[in-house]
Amino acid sequence: MKRFVQLYRDLESTTKTNTRIQFLAKYFEESSDEDKLWAIALLTDKRPPKPLQSGVLKAIAAEAAMLSSWLFDETYLVVGDLSETISLLVKQEYEIEDFSLAHWMTEISNLKKKDEEIRIAYVLNAWKGMDVDTKFIFNKLIGGGFRMGVSQQLILKALAIHTNIPQEVLAHRLMGKWSPNDTDFQQLVRSEDQRNDAVPYPFYLAYALEGEVSDLGSLEDWVIEKKWDGIRGQIIKRNGEVFIWSRGEELMTEKIPELHFLKNVEKDFVIDGEIICHDGKEVMPFANLQTRIGRKNLTKKALETSPIAFITYDLLELNGADLRETSLEKRRLELSLLTSEINSEKLILSEEINANSWSEIIEIRSTSRQLKCEGLMLKRRSSAYKVGRKKGDWWKWKLDAMTIDAVMIYAMKGHGRRANLYTDFTFAIWHEGNLLPFTKAYSGLTDAEMKEVDAFVKKNTIDKFGPVRSVIPTLVFEIAFEGIQLSSRHKSGIALRFPRIHRWRKDKLANEANTKEDLLALLNQINPS
Amino acid sequence: MALLKFTSNGIYCEQGDFYIDPWRPVERAVITHAHSDHARWGMKSYLAHPITAAMMRHRIGQNISVDEVSYNNTTFINGVKISLHPAGHIPGSSQVRVEFGGEVWVAAGDYKLDVDGISEPFDPVKCHAFITESTFGLPIYEWKQPAILNQEINDWWDINARAKKTSIIYCYSLGKAQRILNALGDQGKVFVHGAVHQSNEVLASCGLALRESIYLDKNVAPKELEGAMILAPPSTQGSAWTAKFKNLAEANASGWMTLRGARRRMNVEKGLVISDHADWNSLITAVKSTGAEKVIVTHGYTDVFAKYLSENGWNAITEKTEFGEEEV
Repeated sequence: MKRFVQLYRDLESTTKTNTRIQFLAKYFEESSDEDKLWAIALLTDKRPPKPLQSGVLKAIAAEAAMLSSWLFDETYLVVGDLSETISLLVKQEYEIEDFSLAHWMTEISNLKKKDEEIRIAYVLNAWKGMDVDTKFIFNKLIGGGFRMGVSQQLILKALAIHTNIPQEVLAHRLMGKWSPNDTDFQQLVRSEDQRNDAVPYPFYLAYALEGEVSDLGSLEDWVIEKKWDGIRGQIIKRNGEVFIWSRGEELMTEKIPELHFLKNVEKDFVIDGEIICHDGKEVMPFANLQTRIGRKNLTKKALETSPIAFITYDLLELNGADLRETSLEKRRLELSLLTSEINSEKLILSEEINANSWSEIIEIRSTSRQLKCEGLMLKRRSSAYKVGRKKGDWWKWKLDAMTIDAVMIYAMKGHGRRANLYTDFTFAIWHEGNLLPFTKAYSGLTDAEMKEVDAFVKKNTIDKFGPVRSVIPTLVFEIAFEGIQLSSRHKSGIALRFPRIHRWRKDKLANEANTKEDLLALLNQINPS
Repeated sequence: MALLKFTSNGIYCEQGDFYIDPWRPVERAVITHAHSDHARWGMKSYLAHPITAAMMRHRIGQNISVDEVSYNNTTFINGVKISLHPAGHIPGSSQVRVEFGGEVWVAAGDYKLDVDGISEPFDPVKCHAFITESTFGLPIYEWKQPAILNQEINDWWDINARAKKTSIIYCYSLGKAQRILNALGDQGKVFVHGAVHQSNEVLASCGLALRESIYLDKNVAPKELEGAMILAPPSTQGSAWTAKFKNLAEANASGWMTLRGARRRMNVEKGLVISDHADWNSLITAVKSTGAEKVIVTHGYTDVFAKYLSENGWNAITEKTEFGEEEV
């Protein structure tokens, strides 16, 4: 496993994407097919079941490290990662043989059939025979998320270098259900199966609009559409089969049975659009889509309460012909014909917004929240469908986030990069003379600010409840968010969508923060009753 | 009888009317070591080890009033017996032993038990009450032997030098920098940032033997830096000063480098786990070796360490100080 541990060390040593790809490619170059297969499986989140629950892991680790459980727990809070905590606390006592990654993984996979005592003995023996880094990796292999900060894209790029197979082809070959126990590396990456029909086109992505909208020239040259807050997706229907991809190149077909009927459509096509939840009358909040997609198993209830539909933006392929070089105008015409021919409430044509002037467009954009969308898309009528994020022809023009000034009242230590710093905060607004907690947020501070706030928390702690510290309400932050809803689950009665720290209002005192009335006013702007 | 109390000005001895490492201006201050969170400006008079005194004159001002006291020599302030004893933290760092009416208290300041090659090694002092730091007071903190660390530094330098890269280690300019400097082999030239250079000069004037190094000023040609080592304070990372150097391999030398999160925050390719503070086991060993019944835990993981000590039979409490905020 030394080579795999080295890969981890290499990946940790740099944040440069290209260097990381090189490290991965080098690992593939130097490893056996069995090890490569397992590395891909682990890095793409396909792992054998955990041999031990984390509660058991904690207990045996504390015992092996000869520490009281409270001391183990306190330390874990500081480290912020169980695998790392154990790797530092359980000391190496001897050295065990350096087996291959595949050897370890096969052993770990076979553990599930064994009694718990045997599993515990196995893990303890491994711990005491490994150095800190190896132990850390081992813990990741037997435990939860194994990230190494490597995205699917990065793995695909490295694998493409190693195999000379295009990334998109690899992407789909690595999709679906497979396990290193029932395939081998060559079979996985080389197999020419029917699934080639599933290969999507790279998405064309828009930049945020720069400057004034009126600088874009004549309004007639532009197609204006609503920018929906869902998941960008691509529907592929080829040879009687349907595939649905997300922009993140995740195959989502299984999760969206609502669209499986498309395989019966006579024509073949590839459509670009937005996956959203739709109740038959209007688009539902993103939260519905999130819970629906986040579920491992699709329940009947989820299908009923959060039905999915697809808003079509563009037509990339029709009956085998690649249309991407033709004009948007032409593609949209074909798209509207196809959509009306299919004639389903699950496939909704993205409407073009008709206006007489840019000022009218500006007016419409400002009502985006009432229109349940997050802004507008501006696309040049003559534009081709390009690859990746390109400037000039397509622009996204989102509504600015809503903001509110709030007081920080609780702080918790973060995880990962923010481990050991107080960076996860609970914020409150004023309500009838008291501070009412209403949201948590953590991103959006610079490293220097993080340090400063961390020092503030340590100096101004009123009380400690486990990992949470309550602090003297002093610091005011501007919280930005994308959506706001009434919620019975929250103490404040309000739920925010995507809250984050926008900036630190050093110029404001705690008593100058906003009130619940201010927040409700924002809510009423969106849903005028 | 409490010989030392924690007040808003600092650690105070009422019987002798003096403070130890005060954080606000007072009449009379006994200083454990020259790091800026312990040796602050504005005191009417100071008492410190000669090396600490020299560093303070350099950092605070030439005209400060300092009584110099060497290790293990006794002096009196208002009838309270005071002596300084090696703390092993940095050159000149001292534990302050205070005795009055048969009661002995020791304020250890910052300390470590590992022998770093430049500081007088920590010398345990028997006392009734021991004031200890707890910067790294968690069982995850366990330092490697200095010899192994020194090897690690030199190996890393070798690899970079072979790739024609310039190595740079970000380290505190007083103490850590000299410790690393003396650990470096003769496989190449060592350049130092101005802050390190000045500390070196003061320490050399006190008779400390330091490895040869070159002050990295504008006259140094870029070509000379190829394969060389640079020692610079942490504040230079990502600054305009560092941006001038091409093809750098960067390391950060600190006990905090134990944790992945901290390594990733620092964004350097190498985290060298080298600390001038006591690790978890050293803290416990130090407390034991003093024979103290009462332990006062200051700056760091105070709650955890005090709770551990209480569980194991000590009378341990925590006190708030303003130490440990400026040092990296």
